[in-house]
Amino acid sequence: MTTTVLEVGAVDRSFGDRQVLKDVSFSVAAGRLTGFVGANGAGKTTTMRIILGVLAADSGTVTWRGVPVTRQARQRFGYMPEERGLYPKMTVADQVVYLARLHGLTAADARRRTTALLDRLELGPRAGDPVEKLSLGNQQRVQIAAALVHDPELLVLDEPFSGLDPLAADSVVAVLRERAAAGAAVLFSSHQLELVERLCDDLVIIADGNIRAAGSRDELRGRHTLPRYAIEVDADAGWLRDEPGVTIVDLDGAHAVVELASGTDDQHVLRAALAHGQVRSFGPVRPSLAEIFREVIK
Amino acid sequence: MTTFAAARLVLGREIRAKLRDKAFLFSTVSFLLIIIASIAIPTLLDGGPTKVAVADSGSGQALRQAGFAIVEVPDAAAAERLVRDGDVEAAVVPGPGVIALDERPDEVVEALSTAPEVQLLDELPYNPALAILVPLAIAMLCYLTSLLFGLQIAQSVVEEKATRIVEILVSSVSPRALLAGKVAAMSILAFAQIALLAVVTVVGLKVTGSDAGLLDVIAPALGWFLPFFVLGFVMLATIWAGVGALAARQEDLGSTSGTAQMVVLIPFFAVIFLRDNPAALTVLSYVPLSSPMAMPIRIFQQDAAGWEPFVALGIVAVTAALLLAVGARIYEGSLLRTNTRTSIAAAWKTRSTAG
Repeated sequence: MTTTVLEVGAVDRSFGDRQVLKDVSFSVAAGRLTGFVGANGAGKTTTMRIILGVLAADSGTVTWRGVPVTRQARQRFGYMPEERGLYPKMTVADQVVYLARLHGLTAADARRRTTALLDRLELGPRAGDPVEKLSLGNQQRVQIAAALVHDPELLVLDEPFSGLDPLAADSVVAVLRERAAAGAAVLFSSHQLELVERLCDDLVIIADGNIRAAGSRDELRGRHTLPRYAIEVDADAGWLRDEPGVTIVDLDGAHAVVELASGTDDQHVLRAALAHGQVRSFGPVRPSLAEIFREVIK
Repeated sequence: MTTFAAARLVLGREIRAKLRDKAFLFSTVSFLLIIIASIAIPTLLDGGPTKVAVADSGSGQALRQAGFAIVEVPDAAAAERLVRDGDVEAAVVPGPGVIALDERPDEVVEALSTAPEVQLLDELPYNPALAILVPLAIAMLCYLTSLLFGLQIAQSVVEEKATRIVEILVSSVSPRALLAGKVAAMSILAFAQIALLAVVTVVGLKVTGSDAGLLDVIAPALGWFLPFFVLGFVMLATIWAGVGALAARQEDLGSTSGTAQMVVLIPFFAVIFLRDNPAALTVLSYVPLSSPMAMPIRIFQQDAAGWEPFVALGIVAVTAALLLAVGARIYEGSLLRTNTRTSIAAAWKTRSTAG
């Protein structure tokens, strides 16, 4: 049972004559990671900025637990903008403490959580260094610390993985999972579809300012799964051509992808294959996120 | 969190950042050194009362009264030797006659002569040199501080835009809180710097004993200068913040801050050039941009009636409130346009952040 906490409802936004968001609606649930996927310029950043109140919507609503979002509620949001930024001359710890206090934490709480979080992100030894002295990867970690330090109920991260090496990306993934497990709602955008596929529970796909698909990852997969099966046998699979209700999509020696006509029993095809010899694998073809993405943004 | 609480946090950070800023510390220390030097050097160069050798018993009394250090010598030859050796500035020999090395010792001559009594009908209550120095000092102080600190406000706004941290800031606190915190922080620093300089000046004058009634004379002007300075600074501060927000990078500041620099420069030159023209200075003392300089000058010249500074201060306060609204709108309208510099018109029209 998932609880929707954030609802974006029919949001429109134009810059001058250019309408960048058209009737954008989707929801984000507590305790889940929601991937926000779209091409460059599709409207991801604008949508996120509207959720955070950095931009105003022309029309439409953003609600948090059923009520329109107030600045008070946003104090409990954490945001990592696409264009990273920190005060270059401020020390790592001072910076994170300051942002924590702007989110309403007391000085003592802010300091305690900053220390804990910097240790968790392996930045403890750099706490006293000015941000400008850190490597880009470490600056990125500070940025993540800044978004997490006040233990937000909603995390909005714009391209959190861009600029991270695989190891750093893994540590960020771990932290995000941890937050979601603790009950936070997490909305993040990314170009790296494999990563989104691996990480997210829910998906929102946007193209040209329209939401093209939204829902749980598995549900979306199911919805876009064709009755296709991949089969691998030891000998030649050419006999499949003569099987009733089976259309060959791809046939390459011992390997084949077939589409079953409705009403055709997949188990029947499997039995037929076993009758022809050894079967190494047989199963439905699950579309990758990249394939679903290409299909829905057409 | 309330806007006030947020503004206080911003204020705290700004002040801490500035106090760690080497350029800021350097400029404060340089100002202090200049003031200390200009008070101390004349005192150090002043080697005490002028020494005069006296061989004429009748002149000693008059010279002593005039504050000269007297060296009694038996005869004219001894007096001349002392002058030649450089032990005394001049010598008075029987006659009376005065001997000096290469320069006519007018002060000594004056002390020995009987001058007719002079009566001034409209005497200045202070040294005439001060009549030139004090207005210049007030105008310079106003001009330099508002320019230096104004530019620093603009720079700190641009820094937040250029580093993009502004987006995180605005997602947690309102732009107004940011603006208020910044302006308050810089006003406090500007005021603290002026106060520090003033205290050092007063202490310096007292310690070296070169005060000579100067403080009593400038006290009323100085007393009025403070409220005018604070309000005048706040009046321009939001404009500087707006100027900073219009720029996307530090390099843009040159072009976006042109207007603001004129707004500081023109009143400064007007006051400097027209300070001897009472009618013009009266007008300038009511024009809000020049009033923080012109009104204290008029008070110093004892030219302003008791009610006048109150009215002028009121005009400055109203203007400050208006410019605060204008500056805030420009600031909010351009704060998130981080790609290129923003035109004032675009900033004015932009619907900014949500409530």
